[in-house]
Amino acid sequence: MELLHSIFIGPFADMFSDLSFLIQVLWEGFVQGTLYALIALGFVLIFKASGVFNFAQGIMVVFAVLALVGLYEAGVPAWLALILTIGIMGLLAIGIERVVLRPLVNQHDAILLMATIGLARFLSGAGQFIFGGENKAMITEELGLPTGSSEAEIFGGVVFFEHLDIAAVIIAGLLVAALAVFFSKTRIGRALRAVADDHQAALSVGISLNQIWAIVWFAAGIVALVTGIMWGARSDVSFALEIIALKALAVLIIGGFTSIPGAIIAGIIVGLVEKLFEIYWGSLLGGGVEAWFAYIVALIFLLFRPQGLFGEKIIERV
Amino acid sequence: MFYREAGQFKTDYKSDSAVFPILQDRVGIAFMIFLALVVVPLYGWSSSSGEFFLNGIMIPFMIFALVTIGLNILMGYAGQLSLGTGAFTGVGAYACYKLITHFPELNLIVAVLMSGFFAAAVGIIFGLPSLRIKGLYLAVTTLAAQFFLEWLFIRWEWLYNYDPSGALIVPDITAFGIIIAGPSANAVVKYLVVTLIVIFMTWIASNVIRGRIGRSWMMIRDMDIAAELMGVRPLAAKLSAFAMSSFYCGVGGAMMVFFWLGAAEVESFDINHSFLFLFMVIIGGMGSLIGSFMGAAFIWVLPIIIKFLPATIGIEIYPSTVEHINLMIIGGLIVFFLAVEPNGLARLWQLAKEKLRVWPFPYA
Amino acid sequence: MKIKLLLAGLASALAITSAPVSAELLVPHLTYRTGPFAGNGIVFANGFYDYMTMLNERDGGIGGVKVNVEECETGYNAQKGVECYESTKGRNPLITIPNSTGITLQLIQKASVDQIPLLSAGYGLSAAAVGEKFPWIFNAPTTYWGQMSAILSYIGELEGGMDNLSGKKIGFIYLDAGYGREPLPLLETLSEQYGFEVLKIPVAGKEMQNQSSHWLTVRKEKPDWMIMWGWGAMNSTAIKAAAKIRFPMDRFIGNWWSSAHVDMKGHEELAKGYRGATFSANGDSFPALQDVIKLVVDPGKSQTTDKSTVGNVLYNRGVINAVLTAEAITIAQKNTGKTDITGADMRDAFEQIDMSEARLSELGLEGFMEPIKISCTEHSGSNPVIMTQWNGEDWVPSKAVPVLREIVIPELEAAADKYISDKPGWTTQTCS
Repeated sequence: MELLHSIFIGPFADMFSDLSFLIQVLWEGFVQGTLYALIALGFVLIFKASGVFNFAQGIMVVFAVLALVGLYEAGVPAWLALILTIGIMGLLAIGIERVVLRPLVNQHDAILLMATIGLARFLSGAGQFIFGGENKAMITEELGLPTGSSEAEIFGGVVFFEHLDIAAVIIAGLLVAALAVFFSKTRIGRALRAVADDHQAALSVGISLNQIWAIVWFAAGIVALVTGIMWGARSDVSFALEIIALKALAVLIIGGFTSIPGAIIAGIIVGLVEKLFEIYWGSLLGGGVEAWFAYIVALIFLLFRPQGLFGEKIIERV
Repeated sequence: MFYREAGQFKTDYKSDSAVFPILQDRVGIAFMIFLALVVVPLYGWSSSSGEFFLNGIMIPFMIFALVTIGLNILMGYAGQLSLGTGAFTGVGAYACYKLITHFPELNLIVAVLMSGFFAAAVGIIFGLPSLRIKGLYLAVTTLAAQFFLEWLFIRWEWLYNYDPSGALIVPDITAFGIIIAGPSANAVVKYLVVTLIVIFMTWIASNVIRGRIGRSWMMIRDMDIAAELMGVRPLAAKLSAFAMSSFYCGVGGAMMVFFWLGAAEVESFDINHSFLFLFMVIIGGMGSLIGSFMGAAFIWVLPIIIKFLPATIGIEIYPSTVEHINLMIIGGLIVFFLAVEPNGLARLWQLAKEKLRVWPFPYA
Repeated sequence: MKIKLLLAGLASALAITSAPVSAELLVPHLTYRTGPFAGNGIVFANGFYDYMTMLNERDGGIGGVKVNVEECETGYNAQKGVECYESTKGRNPLITIPNSTGITLQLIQKASVDQIPLLSAGYGLSAAAVGEKFPWIFNAPTTYWGQMSAILSYIGELEGGMDNLSGKKIGFIYLDAGYGREPLPLLETLSEQYGFEVLKIPVAGKEMQNQSSHWLTVRKEKPDWMIMWGWGAMNSTAIKAAAKIRFPMDRFIGNWWSSAHVDMKGHEELAKGYRGATFSANGDSFPALQDVIKLVVDPGKSQTTDKSTVGNVLYNRGVINAVLTAEAITIAQKNTGKTDITGADMRDAFEQIDMSEARLSELGLEGFMEPIKISCTEHSGSNPVIMTQWNGEDWVPSKAVPVLREIVIPELEAAADKYISDKPGWTTQTCS
């Protein structure tokens, strides 16, 4: 009885006894979810266009910010470093398309997956080799990101809103909007959607797959850079970020592998649910459940709705 | 010229369906076993750096080869992608530790083999979703298994007997009158125990794969619907693949702690190890036992050689730089291999044998 | 394939043995300049390497024999640690410095078998401080348990007496691994003794940089004090997250792996008031460190690229490790009358280390650390812990707090007994 109470009643009583805290938790979860969504977005872009599940997305996040901060520390002004980093991500995209994707066309899923894991190793080595392995502080102020925070009185308590978090949400929103416009209004964007729908049909109307792939990887690189900047500003720039990116996998299952809105909504759902569960139920299990909770949610989704919230393709059922 | 089956006539079905129908193969495998059981231990026993050779290279190589065989059963033969191998090895390790500490009079080798069953049980549980989903989606469920088990290994203190450091620590363990595990155990003894277990289990695996069960796995892998129509039960086939695969991983994990590391934290069973074993399978070749050995050798031994090479040939270079370069080389080689030979080293080996059959007159 | 592998293995193994075995003091150093904790590992490793190189440059080594610091990269990975250990084992290494609690746990048992002393300065297994039970392990200056007790007695002091701890809530945020879990038993004993409540907040290695929910829990539970056993990127993330929930920084205390200069980088202002524990002084104003700068760093003989890191917390901690090692070598040479000593000589020498004020100033390190004395029974010495505070620019030492010996030492002994109870054939020693 006591157990049932602590599972079904206690946490809710907790929630409603301190509403301002609940709002704080929801806000934190929302911001976290936005960041998950951004990582997942990188995966979706690549998966849509080339059918590759890109395990290297996490390390691309690290690599991008490392390049940014590394350049800055080498004496390049922040704005120039940002532009140069975007350039580096572009070169990386072209390089990956040439060296990794092109020779592996038409290979088995697992092979492509492995190739991206290999790529992740390579980038991890290269990143440390070029920019050094030590933790770096994010150049938040130099990039013009806000650092302060505001307080708001809600329901008789205080809720903190970090300006950085607000900025993260706004920037993520802008990025998604820009991508949406890019996909629906530009020539390349339409070609990209054609490729996503059907490779061969796209090829037959004269769309260059290779070019599209490079562009998609470049877009994923920019998404990675933005994610990295935000995450780096919230904590630190280090290689430990890589593992967090794996959470995107759970987000993708929930949102569907091919849906951009799915990735965003699922990211936010995962962020929120994970926070709520950790804070109000986590102590029942000794805490630290955040590490796997998202995957279990994904598992449940797999059993009942395998295509995800917005997935288009019906998953191959056995 | 040397590798040719000309003149070797099969007179009955038994010899025709032997594991190694060609004499040269039989000689070759005998030679390998001779190397593994006689030459390597002798070298390890006599040379001054022999202990490093055994403890640092050969023992982990053998253990990793066994785990790779386990993963290969699942991935290569039954076609199910798994990212949870690291955690399954952990199940074996913790099970073995509990067995040994609760029943100290139990023979360690028996305990190691028994711990495989615990891993198999856990493998079956996490294999259940494979009945509904496959591919990347299945990978996610195994990833869930990986992270959940990692968490459990820390949080369930009973598993490591409430040791404050949370580590499994292996004391000296005696079996058959000699110390076979623990800090005072001789490297040669440990190596021989590991190698005998690995050879034995490889032999079992090769027979299972050739038999009814193995063929049902391959049918499921190649086309599940057709297999089902022909009377293969997907439930039995898939779960048996998960069970056997996890059994091998579990035994490998137990050996990893007891015969190699001597003490282990959760870190030894983390997601990076899952990736490591995945690399070994892919580089070695999916669906090949010999490939599992090759893959393990490639992924485990190459970085060690790269690591110690600069110092031995006298190049002044910082170890950290070597490590960075190491990551780049291994990563690059993986991509290169996948591009050039996605079927892995085993396929190259097969091609070489085929070339050798017609050598030196390929057009004759 | 196996043949190829064997040949390759043979080649590398042979090459290792054929390396010149000239007269030199082999000091293997297991470093982690790569991987997720590299940010901290690099500075530490530089301190160790630079000090030893300075001895080679200035004095021609120790007792006229050059010290060969052989770094082996572990990336903080326990398996690579074992590999590194095995690779030097056969060449008469004088010491093992694992630089990771995980690697230490693996090597503790091997130390006595292979007769190589193991120095885990301020980390590793706390129970190993009991010299009679762990003859080959040294964890001076203080164990994690000693450190935890010192931090709590410091809190008690700031609260105006240990009695005031009763009824307080003290949060403990830790890396959920062997390292972070180490002090839990002692924390529980102390909480019973002084009647405070402990709020445990484990941070999984994967979630190191994702701590917002942990700190929301802190905000919900409102502890009076927070103690952190963090490492790497976990530290700076925690400080930022604590600032976010307006946790008062001067009530937040990091252990000595959570209070270095690298952890403050980029949020110096936010962290103002944050407290930390350490065992070395700050800065490079010591004559010996000036020699390091002059003879090693300036001529470019080290991997230290940023001269400003010389003298910072982790660098100086690397130096302390080097100082203790060098001191043991000196004593061993004096004891045996030989210059080429063995691991066993080193072990005996470690038990005679007496880093008094006088000896420190002789070494050009006056005031560099609290005096350390190691004996046969006490392999850590349970020496005082220096408490420092971050003023926004630098660490300011406030005072040295003694360890609560009367609580810690019996606990250590009980833990040591428990550790060896299920290990048949364990080597112990009796101290006269």
